[in-house]
Amino acid sequence: MALLEVNNLEVRFGLRSGEVTALRDINFSLERGERLGVVGESGAGKSVLGFSILNLLSKPGYIAGGEILFEGQNLAAMSPKQLRSIRGNRISMIFQDPMMTLNPVLTIGQQMVECLLAHRRISRTDARRIAVQKLKQVQIPSPETRIDQYPHELSGGMRQRIVIAIGLLMDPDIIIADEPTTALDVTIQAEIMDLMLDLCERNSVALMLITHDLGIVSQMTRQAMVMYAGRIIEQGPTKEIINDAQHPYTQGLMNALPQMALPGQRLNQIRGSMPPLQNIPTGCAFNPRCDYVMDACRHELPGFTRSGGCRVACHMVAQMKLEEEAAARALEVN
Amino acid sequence: MNAQAKSLVQIRDLYKRFSISGDFLDQLKFRGGKLVREQQHVHAINGVNLDVQRGEALCVVGESGCGKSTIARTVMGLLKPSAGSISYGGERIDHLSDRQILPYRRKMQMIFQNPYASLNPRMTIAQTLEEPVRFHNPKASATEVRDKVHEVMQSVGIDPSWGKRFSHEFSGGQRQRISIARALAVDPEFIVADEPISALDVSIQAQVLNLMMDAQESRNLTYLFITHDLSVVEHFGTRVAVMYLGSLCELAPTKALFATPRHPYSQALLSAIPRLEDGRPAHIRLQGEVSTPVNLPSGCVFHGRCPHANERCSREIPTLIATSEGGQVACHAVQEGRF
Repeated sequence: MALLEVNNLEVRFGLRSGEVTALRDINFSLERGERLGVVGESGAGKSVLGFSILNLLSKPGYIAGGEILFEGQNLAAMSPKQLRSIRGNRISMIFQDPMMTLNPVLTIGQQMVECLLAHRRISRTDARRIAVQKLKQVQIPSPETRIDQYPHELSGGMRQRIVIAIGLLMDPDIIIADEPTTALDVTIQAEIMDLMLDLCERNSVALMLITHDLGIVSQMTRQAMVMYAGRIIEQGPTKEIINDAQHPYTQGLMNALPQMALPGQRLNQIRGSMPPLQNIPTGCAFNPRCDYVMDACRHELPGFTRSGGCRVACHMVAQMKLEEEAAARALEVN
Repeated sequence: MNAQAKSLVQIRDLYKRFSISGDFLDQLKFRGGKLVREQQHVHAINGVNLDVQRGEALCVVGESGCGKSTIARTVMGLLKPSAGSISYGGERIDHLSDRQILPYRRKMQMIFQNPYASLNPRMTIAQTLEEPVRFHNPKASATEVRDKVHEVMQSVGIDPSWGKRFSHEFSGGQRQRISIARALAVDPEFIVADEPISALDVSIQAQVLNLMMDAQESRNLTYLFITHDLSVVEHFGTRVAVMYLGSLCELAPTKALFATPRHPYSQALLSAIPRLEDGRPAHIRLQGEVSTPVNLPSGCVFHGRCPHANERCSREIPTLIATSEGGQVACHAVQEGRF
């Protein structure tokens, strides 16, 4: 049994102007110690996915269907009390902006001890000892003094390390990191990524990394899924997706990176922009921006096609696979 | 003389300090029973010399707080320098009055980072774009103004019939195109772009970068491009200036910098770019944190984090020296051949 298994998840937002489906047909699983990257541009629904796993969606968002199985228990159907025993304890989350995550009027220590006391029956002194030890793990210099400081006394990189330390406090099984380094500078980002990789590997924590940066995904994760307009359009081993993307959107995203073009030459751009959730085109959501659009793309939602180790939702890929198979069969017959 | 004629903008010994002590009464403190006046400053730029050559795209890179945006704003005259001078086409412009600087404003335009904040939400796109044209050509007729606006809208790929719409009706990428159109509307020769694509998605970034490169080619523009994204610089820049804590570390042609970065900070910065490669990143780890620009370190500003620093680095501020690759680098270790 997978550690986390998401089946047919559907998330909706009940807006005044009508119901909007933010996520649909989300299927994936996460094994213990696995590292999964969720890639997409803004509006793709990747953050909503992170939030909905812990059922942290706030109104008007709600889980409209499907199940989120954590060790076989369905998180989507749990009572708030049961959920509280899992959030921060078995599954923890790291958000983008450490200044927004940390409480500015409590010291680092107070916030860490509070979390420990909420989940474990231990004394305050023990809790503080564990907190100092976790700060040491994330390489905060002189943790005994830092623990009594307020978030505003620390630099951005240091704050994000504290957030990671809080995420690790209860030795969780899964960490969901939503753009953990987007607010940081590149040199600090590299440090934080290194640290997260190290900690996840050493404690065999599963990591779900939500990001828009393909470079980070390629360095940090083994599995990846690409999202577009609320759907997964390609998922599989990160190496395959990075080196041999099948979906035209993934290809476009890769080719749009400045690293992929010769200096001074035009970049390969994807025309248009991601559709708003209120009016996702019928058929394949990517069809108005796609260079390979066919008739079927405009009417029919593409199903998943296997291609190597990946699953791709694209009519063109499906057709190519059919033709390949037919050619292979023809060869066999001859 | 030749070098003078080639460089469009010259920045000489530029210093910029910001007071963070509040107003006069806030600055008064009791120290040992006496009333004293204390002032603290953020030293945003410390003695930067930089030339922008005609027709090039000079990229300024660095991490947050290194003073790159302050340079952009000081060059545009939005901030007055604390010391030093800025010249445009050989004429000093930093001490001009608002009226005297007008002809230069027409030649220099700016594109800001956040297209959600830099467009007036109460003006239609046509109004936004017409305003600079009218302001700088008071004698232009209504038809001339409209034609000009049409022309720039078309050149950035925005349908001129959308002129009646407001900025909230456009996506982020479209808004940034409109900001670019606004900058191009007065036919400038020099554009300062302060992180123009940082707020945009990858696929949209490519659209905007392409647009800026096309505009450079067709209108013969010169760019001062401020960014923290090094992979963009590699693609876009003619030359790159790397800044750290308000000082210039290295200035080099883009190719040379990416092939052989000389300054220890440039090396660390380049190694930290997340590349599309398998395996674990092999970046250079810097010790410590960025010091604050309030209490600048003595000597080289980078010495506290530099793996090659020695006693001289903590004492003496390094000056820019020419390298064999055609760039300039400010580092004692490079000068002494220590690494």
